[in-house]
Amino acid sequence: MAQVDRQHWDVVVVGAGGAGLRAAIEARERGARTAVICKSLFGKAHTVMAEGGIAASMGNVNEGDNWQVHFRDTMRGGKFLNQWRMAELHAKEAPDRVWELETWGALFDRTPDGRISQRNFGGHEYPRLAHVGDRTGLELIRTLQQKIVQLQQQDFKEFGDYEARLKVFQECTVTRVLKDGEKVSGTFCYERESGRFFVLEAPAVVLATGGIGKSFKTTSNSWEYTGDGHALALLAGAPLLNMEFVQFHPTGMVWPPSVKGILVTESVRGDGGVLRNSDGKRFMFDYVPDVFKEKYAETEAEADRWYDDPDHNRRPPELLPRDEVARAINAEVKAGRGSPHGGVFLDVSTRMPAEKIKRRLPSMYHQFKELADVDITAEPMEVGPTCHYVMGGVAVDSDTAATVGVPGLYAAGEVAGGMHGSNRLGGNSLSDLLVFGRRAGLHAAEHAARATVRPAVDDGQIDAAAAEALAPFHAEDGAENPYTLHQELQQTMNDLVGIIRREGEMQQALGKLRALRVRAARAGVEGHRQFNPGWHLALDLRNMLLVSECVAKAALERTESRGGHTREDCPAMERDWRPVNLVCHPVDPAPADPAADRIRLVRQRTEPIRPDLLALFEKEELVKYLAEEELYE
Amino acid sequence: MTTYDARFRIWRGDADGGELRDFTVEVHDGEVVLDIVHRLQATQAADLAVRWNCKAGKCGSCSAEINGRPRLMCMTRMSTFSREETITVTPLRAFPVVRDLVTDVSFNYAKAREVPAFVPPQGLAPGEYRMQQVDVDRSQEFRKCIECFLCQDTCHVVRDHEENKAAFAGPRFLMRVAELDMHPLDAAEAEGLDRKRTAQEDHGLGYCNITKCCTEVCPEGIKITDNALIPLKERAVDRKYDPLVWLGSKISRRRD
Ligand SMILES: Cc1cc2nc3c(=O)[nH]c(=O)nc-3n(C[C@H](O)[C@H](O)[C@H](O)COP(=O)(O)OP(=O)(O)OC[C@H]3O[C@@H](n4cnc5c(N)ncnc54)[C@H](O)[C@@H]3O)c2cc1C
Ligand code: SF4
Ligand code: SF4
Ligand code: FES
Repeated sequence: MAQVDRQHWDVVVVGAGGAGLRAAIEARERGARTAVICKSLFGKAHTVMAEGGIAASMGNVNEGDNWQVHFRDTMRGGKFLNQWRMAELHAKEAPDRVWELETWGALFDRTPDGRISQRNFGGHEYPRLAHVGDRTGLELIRTLQQKIVQLQQQDFKEFGDYEARLKVFQECTVTRVLKDGEKVSGTFCYERESGRFFVLEAPAVVLATGGIGKSFKTTSNSWEYTGDGHALALLAGAPLLNMEFVQFHPTGMVWPPSVKGILVTESVRGDGGVLRNSDGKRFMFDYVPDVFKEKYAETEAEADRWYDDPDHNRRPPELLPRDEVARAINAEVKAGRGSPHGGVFLDVSTRMPAEKIKRRLPSMYHQFKELADVDITAEPMEVGPTCHYVMGGVAVDSDTAATVGVPGLYAAGEVAGGMHGSNRLGGNSLSDLLVFGRRAGLHAAEHAARATVRPAVDDGQIDAAAAEALAPFHAEDGAENPYTLHQELQQTMNDLVGIIRREGEMQQALGKLRALRVRAARAGVEGHRQFNPGWHLALDLRNMLLVSECVAKAALERTESRGGHTREDCPAMERDWRPVNLVCHPVDPAPADPAADRIRLVRQRTEPIRPDLLALFEKEELVKYLAEEELYE
Repeated sequence: MTTYDARFRIWRGDADGGELRDFTVEVHDGEVVLDIVHRLQATQAADLAVRWNCKAGKCGSCSAEINGRPRLMCMTRMSTFSREETITVTPLRAFPVVRDLVTDVSFNYAKAREVPAFVPPQGLAPGEYRMQQVDVDRSQEFRKCIECFLCQDTCHVVRDHEENKAAFAGPRFLMRVAELDMHPLDAAEAEGLDRKRTAQEDHGLGYCNITKCCTEVCPEGIKITDNALIPLKERAVDRKYDPLVWLGSKISRRRD
């Protein structure tokens, strides 16, 4: 048997982004001894990169805002596929979660009367995003990090040990969730620095691992986004929901090549930036879809007036939900009206004085100046779509964040599915992290407290996990280079299951994924286990391949276009598909043959939307979204 | 697009020792040093250890010394070097090496824990906080910090003086003390915690002789010395030696 260190905790949180840290704080404050484990250094999770803001209907800038309006915007943005109870909880609880951050030391930008300032963003009816310049994610993560330190200082006072009840295992990776029968019993982990294996035993595990963008070539996401939590859930037997919905953010950098995909925040448009094609035309006016016609300006003059007088003018079409803007840019480039490097122009230089740009968008100014030699106060940026966010994710119970069928396993944040339906509005992720991170921590702690008998960790599972993790060191001759495999996977997903999808291409993608799985089974690495990125990547490949299979299968199945899923061969949004969830189950037992499918796709009817929530919408609007039979229910 | 071969010397090794190794590697238009390190991983040295995350100067992971100067690898453009130049990349010198370009930065996390946290004001419920932008500006500047620890690496107080590490928090965490001290609603004082005094007595402010080297390397352009350390020093001195100034400052602070 493999010799591994074992520790006992009440709750293990996998991930130290906004969702994981908020879950850990809650679990610890509810009395659970809590371990947090993350792949990067503490304070460097993906959340740190978020720029624009946190959506919460505090009504500080426009008093008309309230949770009902936020709920409506969220459902519209997600094209009504959202797990409505999540959208409801999210809209109701987000303001409290933001205010709470202030009591932990956060310093948001202020309104003239001293409240938290809120900015406009795509799809949000009122200025709603609490922000700090364009570095909101940094403020969020640092505040949560410092709150954790504060709790540790308490423990130091009480027990003489900072880590008595809350410990962060940084630069460690979880490769398996362990189980006792159907229940969670802990996690199998390795330390990146030494390669040493260890086991955290716990009756409750919260997955807060973020997204999947590293399976795509052009992405705003970092190396961490290999879909680990999605894969860990599947491998533990918990299904994923609606994985076909991947958000391509309309504005990523397109030049130089080495920075292609890096995000250009939506705040640029929220604060007045406009999109133009090579003819100098503000093309978004041509791309307002029917469902949104009444809400968006028809002329440039009206759109420009909106910034100062939003009550009497309609908003500029640059602020349509992201899926619409991304498709429009794609279409302009395809029609030959793109910018020199294959994007379109995003301009603030003619819209605001240089000083204001530098104050409101400091990191964008810096980013373009340093990385592209472009001064955004003097010239337009070139931008194009980039893979940004996954709406699909682990299926969860709305109230408790519990996964389906695996007692003790919870999921929150980007890794969880449902909340955003087919498309997420900007700013709704950071608030999602806080609302559902807290709920996951709370329910995990309660679950752990109820577990009078701790689930046992099975030695056989530890041995199997260790053998799986060591396999890349024992690859035979002709071993595959994990970097090459990764590049091919990214190219495949980008080209064949990307922003615009076609049936034939997705079938081709599934074939390629099969071939890649076979080759990945032979992935090999040199060197030893100490901080070895080649080895780490070889292990991440399992997760990326599994998640990519889910995305491709679900995308092939859904024969309509909705939100982040666009089918050239099925261009319309079909009302009949509104009440349909596509659920990915793991093939059980996992097939030994790497060429065999790992995923079984099941169609599931969504729970009917509660009548009082439906009543928040006009009948005429519902008719555009809901399936025929739903209208009569 | 233009492409050329660049010469790199990269430190490889671990806690037991190591050496500079030479590489010749392709460079494309617009690339940064981190791109080159990644290309080396993918083509010549799969196990070359390096930290990074955002590749956009936002997370502070990719700190290293490039030609001896502490920098972020993801924000150092190759176009800032001549094509003939050999570019040397070494790990941060002030911290123990783990492997290759990765160092053990736990010193910083230990220091972070020694700074008492924000103290919320009594009697203000969540949602009732009111602060003016001008009053949060100062602390916000310090909260731009991405914890790259380049300032910690460069400060001569600890750079070659392991023995000072126990007593000295370093610019990043002295700045954290200043940040909390300037937070308009921090209630530390009401709880009997004098942050300025702790800067001097617990975090080693006295070691700093305002050379400004930390400010020079900060990728966020934070004026660490001028805006955080010097004000902290001035007031710490006031308080230590002049009880009247101390009293006065206390009274004048109770404005609204
Ligand atoms: C550039 C950019 C800008 C954005 N701007 C905004 C914005 O303005 N507003 C908004 O609402 N949203 C924004 N988003 C989206 C939002 O930032 C993310 O969706 C969100 O931060 C995800 O948070 P999380 O807590 O779910 O995961 P993350 O913050 O990504 O954290 C995931 C954690 O899980 C850990 N982890 C992963 N796998 C493992 C494993 N196997 N073992 C151990 N640990 C693991 C990672 O190390 C990390 O600590 C932006 C995203 C990007 C990329
Ligand atoms: S100014 Fe002070 S903290 Fe900064 S480098 Fe010099 S001595 Fe160190
Ligand atoms: S103050 Fe500047 S140099 Fe120091 S850690 Fe923060 S960002 Fe880095
Ligand atoms: S990789 Fe994030 S700062 Fe360089």
